[in-house]
Amino acid sequence: MLALLAGLVVVLAGSALMLGEFRLSLGRVLGALAGADDPSAHFIVVELRLPRLLLGMLVGVAFGLAGALFQSVLRNPLASPDILGISQGASAGAVAALLLGGLSGAAVSGAALAGGAVVGLLLYAVAWRGGMAGHRVVLAGIGVAYVCTSVVGYLLTRSEVQQAQVALLWMTGSLAQADWSAVRLLGLALVALVPVAALLARGLGLLLLGDDLAAGLGLRPELVRAGVIATGIALACAATAAAGPVAFVAFVAAPIARRLLGDGSSALAESALVGVVMVVGADVVAQHLLPADMSVPVGVVTGAVGGPYLIWLMATGGRRTT
Amino acid sequence: MTSSSRAATALLLVGGVLVVGLASLMWGARDIAPGEVWAALVHPVSGDTDHHVVRDLRVPRTLVGLIGGAALGAAGALMQGVTRNPIADPGLLGINAGASLAVLLAIAGLGVTSVSGYVWFAFAGAAIAALVVYGAASLGWEGVTPVKLALVGAAFTATATSIITVVLLTDRQTLEDYRFWQVGSLANRPLTVLTGVVPFVVVGLLLALASGRVLNALALGDDVARGLGQDVTRGRLLIVAGVVLLCGSAVSMVGPIAFVGLAVPHLARALVGPDYRWIVALSMLLGPVLLLAADIAGRLVARPGELEAGLVVAVIGAPVLIAIVRRSRGIAA
Repeated sequence: MLALLAGLVVVLAGSALMLGEFRLSLGRVLGALAGADDPSAHFIVVELRLPRLLLGMLVGVAFGLAGALFQSVLRNPLASPDILGISQGASAGAVAALLLGGLSGAAVSGAALAGGAVVGLLLYAVAWRGGMAGHRVVLAGIGVAYVCTSVVGYLLTRSEVQQAQVALLWMTGSLAQADWSAVRLLGLALVALVPVAALLARGLGLLLLGDDLAAGLGLRPELVRAGVIATGIALACAATAAAGPVAFVAFVAAPIARRLLGDGSSALAESALVGVVMVVGADVVAQHLLPADMSVPVGVVTGAVGGPYLIWLMATGGRRTT
Repeated sequence: MTSSSRAATALLLVGGVLVVGLASLMWGARDIAPGEVWAALVHPVSGDTDHHVVRDLRVPRTLVGLIGGAALGAAGALMQGVTRNPIADPGLLGINAGASLAVLLAIAGLGVTSVSGYVWFAFAGAAIAALVVYGAASLGWEGVTPVKLALVGAAFTATATSIITVVLLTDRQTLEDYRFWQVGSLANRPLTVLTGVVPFVVVGLLLALASGRVLNALALGDDVARGLGQDVTRGRLLIVAGVVLLCGSAVSMVGPIAFVGLAVPHLARALVGPDYRWIVALSMLLGPVLLLAADIAGRLVARPGELEAGLVVAVIGAPVLIAIVRRSRGIAA
């Protein structure tokens, strides 16, 4: 399954680099990547298309992993960073920066990061009581999410309608602003966080057997749980700061991965790859298959395609997976 | 908890509903004394500004808050019970998203811009969404399970939200109207809106009160519920029908305010324990208290303007919810 998903990623990446206003052959794309002397292809591929592709991939990995971590550790298929307040906190921060501060660009990303981080810390502050019990995190998170949604609603109704539209675009999630500095920042964050997630994966697997059994095997369940939640929050914050809360990726990547695998594991690697396929695929669709004058942000397509796909999986799937 | 102390709690809440109801008639951009409110209700003088404010503005608004709050509270309790998920809210079946999409299309496609014009679009959208979600969740060989309902509902919500976003990003005029509907408010709802929706709410509330037993059985798991002689499929279908009626009418009256339905059942559970017959009944009383309190607070903090109830409700409700969650020991489901 991993190989199949990886193959799909390669195909999508290839088409993302080839397609566009100037269609390039595969040979010229590969040449430009290898450093051949082809200035126009080099500019289009390396300066324009590659950062957008890479940012999409990194965002997909981060959201896919974050969703899988949250849903397995909290044992609730509805618990993902876009339900538990992280995305809403980031949105409140970014929308405040856009509408109240009149800021743009990196400052908005910074505000989003700050908003998400504040919500993350708040979650720990209110849900920690000698450990992070699942139901406390989930309910506290959703309460915070509603408060942040109110703040966003307030800002949207008290601003000029043009500005409100800009804020809405940010909250949908878009890769249009991708550049190398964004790729580097998110890349650095993932270099730090993905190994942590990989280290926690074994503990997470044991937690699925129940706290008592996990403790018997020498694990400290509360510590693992707190670590997994912190990693998930950090991943979601970093990705949201880079591209906005791309709708639905964190929420459905893990259920889709688990359906494809057909087992009840936490499916971290598969979820990350499903996240990549969703974001990159949606961006290819948004850029090249839809009318160019609509300039649809990627977050619209992830929801519009991911939603029906999950419904279809649920309606046709045969095995119990959660 | 004994049933007499539960009854006392319920009685206390009835008092609470009356208090917020009266406060809602008295307080706002202009404060009106209780005696004057009484006079306005019993023998109104035409031309008297206070009487006009009470009868034509605050009475409809208060009734919308009472009925909408009861519907949202009960719908939330049903939803959390039937999906066995403590974070389920009445919007989970895609109902709020379906209603929002229908209202949006009414604004964008048909140029409807009044609240009374939105009502039936919201209702139809809610019903269609619930049918699609329940239908899709019942396919596949396991039939309807709580997890499938929740996931399919969320997936439907995402799909509808994407369509809404595309329209809003391309059509600025629609965004202008839609953003105000979308936050949720009790203000400026004419009484005709109310009279159209009330029959649906009444049927929904009766269904909710009747489903306490089924919910108690479902809480033990489908297999145990069947063993206890419950018809699980029929019970679940009736409960979902109740949710559609209640949530559909609430959304059409006040807009997509989901938080009331999320928080109120938890508060009810903290007060009376895990028996769903009581949780549903108390949620019907706590819903109006929370929603009207939020509306009153919104009128008082920004005088002479006001904040929409949909914006305030989470700000005053979330700390309560979090306090309950911190206190509780077990799984709050």
